[in-house]
Amino acid sequence: MKYLTEFRNGEIAQRMAAEIRSVTTRPWKIMEVCGGQTHSIIKNGIDQMLPSGPEASVEMVHGPGCPVCVTPLELIDKALAIASQPGVIFCSFGDMLRVPGTDADLFQIKGRGGDVRVVYSPLDAVELAQKNPDRQVVFFGVGFETTAPANAMSVHLAKRRGLKNFSLLVSHVLVPPAIDAILSAPGNQIDGFLAAGHVCSVMGYWEYPPLAEKFGKPIVVTGFEPLDLLDGIRRTVLQLEQGRHEVENAYERMVTFDGNRPAQKLLSEVFEVCDRAWRGIGVIPQSGWRLNAEYRDFDAEHRFQITGIHTEESPLCKAGDVLRGVLKPAQCPAFGKECSPRHPLGATMVSSEGACAAYYNYGRFISTEELAQAGKS
Amino acid sequence: MCLAIPGRVDEILIEDDLRIGRVNFGGVLKRVCLDYVPEIQVGDYAVVHVGFAISILDAETAEKTLEIFRQMGALDEELATEEEAFRRAAQAPQSACPDGSCSVDAESGASPAPTTDAAR
Repeated sequence: MKYLTEFRNGEIAQRMAAEIRSVTTRPWKIMEVCGGQTHSIIKNGIDQMLPSGPEASVEMVHGPGCPVCVTPLELIDKALAIASQPGVIFCSFGDMLRVPGTDADLFQIKGRGGDVRVVYSPLDAVELAQKNPDRQVVFFGVGFETTAPANAMSVHLAKRRGLKNFSLLVSHVLVPPAIDAILSAPGNQIDGFLAAGHVCSVMGYWEYPPLAEKFGKPIVVTGFEPLDLLDGIRRTVLQLEQGRHEVENAYERMVTFDGNRPAQKLLSEVFEVCDRAWRGIGVIPQSGWRLNAEYRDFDAEHRFQITGIHTEESPLCKAGDVLRGVLKPAQCPAFGKECSPRHPLGATMVSSEGACAAYYNYGRFISTEELAQAGKS
Repeated sequence: MCLAIPGRVDEILIEDDLRIGRVNFGGVLKRVCLDYVPEIQVGDYAVVHVGFAISILDAETAEKTLEIFRQMGALDEELATEEEAFRRAAQAPQSACPDGSCSVDAESGASPAPTTDAAR
């Protein structure tokens, strides 16, 4: 933890925090979209370094950018059903192993005899398919734009190499339509956005100026390290205070305006935009990617035709309100009681990148507002 | 999930139809597909996500970023082997932290679990 103390006491962090405090004249709400950023903000206490007065404050609102969290329960259940089938090798990244479906998780399916493998890269799954021609190899392709080029290449390769036993169970989600949906929602209170740095290293940030213009909100491309986050917040607040709403790149060492063009080219060859259900939020139009007609044969949902899935979400769960930034995790009546990382009721407690889990893991059992109130009385 | 980590390309091989780099992440070697950064050469630093290089970084920035990610504990999670991933899953009912720090904090007692949960 020495490193974190060094960060918070460091001269640059203190100077940035002081600048934010000195320029802030009104209450602002800024949303970080990415779950990795949420985790870093809560872990490093960055939100607690920001002004919190009644007239001038900067509040961080945690967005829906945890791909594990927003993957629909129905798709998790489909994954479990496919992984349970004899003759299937089901490959996933490690972070999906413990995501609970309606009745089990992938780790338990392995315990019951399912052949579940964790791979470092989707390419490993393609190689497994080549080495096991008598088995069906399925890769669970979940993620935002950062992960999509890897998944796109895996099916592209499988097709190029003529593999008939490889398929992708795919649920890709996209950041810009989510920002559009959040800002279009009635009663939206978000004043500005931190755009996710590594999403933008793939996609660039050419998709964001129309959003900043349409809604009159600043969007700042921001990294994951504590100083990057503080700088992204500082630049957003400066824009807000000066009445600007531009797209700014605070992560220049990793992100260019264009992004990775070869990756974007393959993405457009393999995927097509589709409506996508986000767990806890519902369907957002044109917010995901699915395999296009050329690659339909490699779609695991098409190949396995799983039916009869009946999912049930907990009525106590307020994940949708948390994901839209209406509710702070600790304000949910079930938080830390019926709902915890051991017994997650919904999306945002499922993965440690989820806002509820981040609050739980770092001991944020009451909100910063309540903390401030308690300090005054 | 979306963390990308810089590593040095130690060697470049052509495997079937792919350009594969042997990439060194502070001592951990991984096979990485280089097809999205066709201009990359041996000695360059690639920014890598799930086995794919997505951009190139200058050496100084890359080493600094790698060191910060290492201190944050982010490398353990991203570069975990299959055995490590299953061991972690067996211990943690929840999916692992993006930087592996939750389990460390839980062990050191820095993040107390509420009694309601411990009682279950």
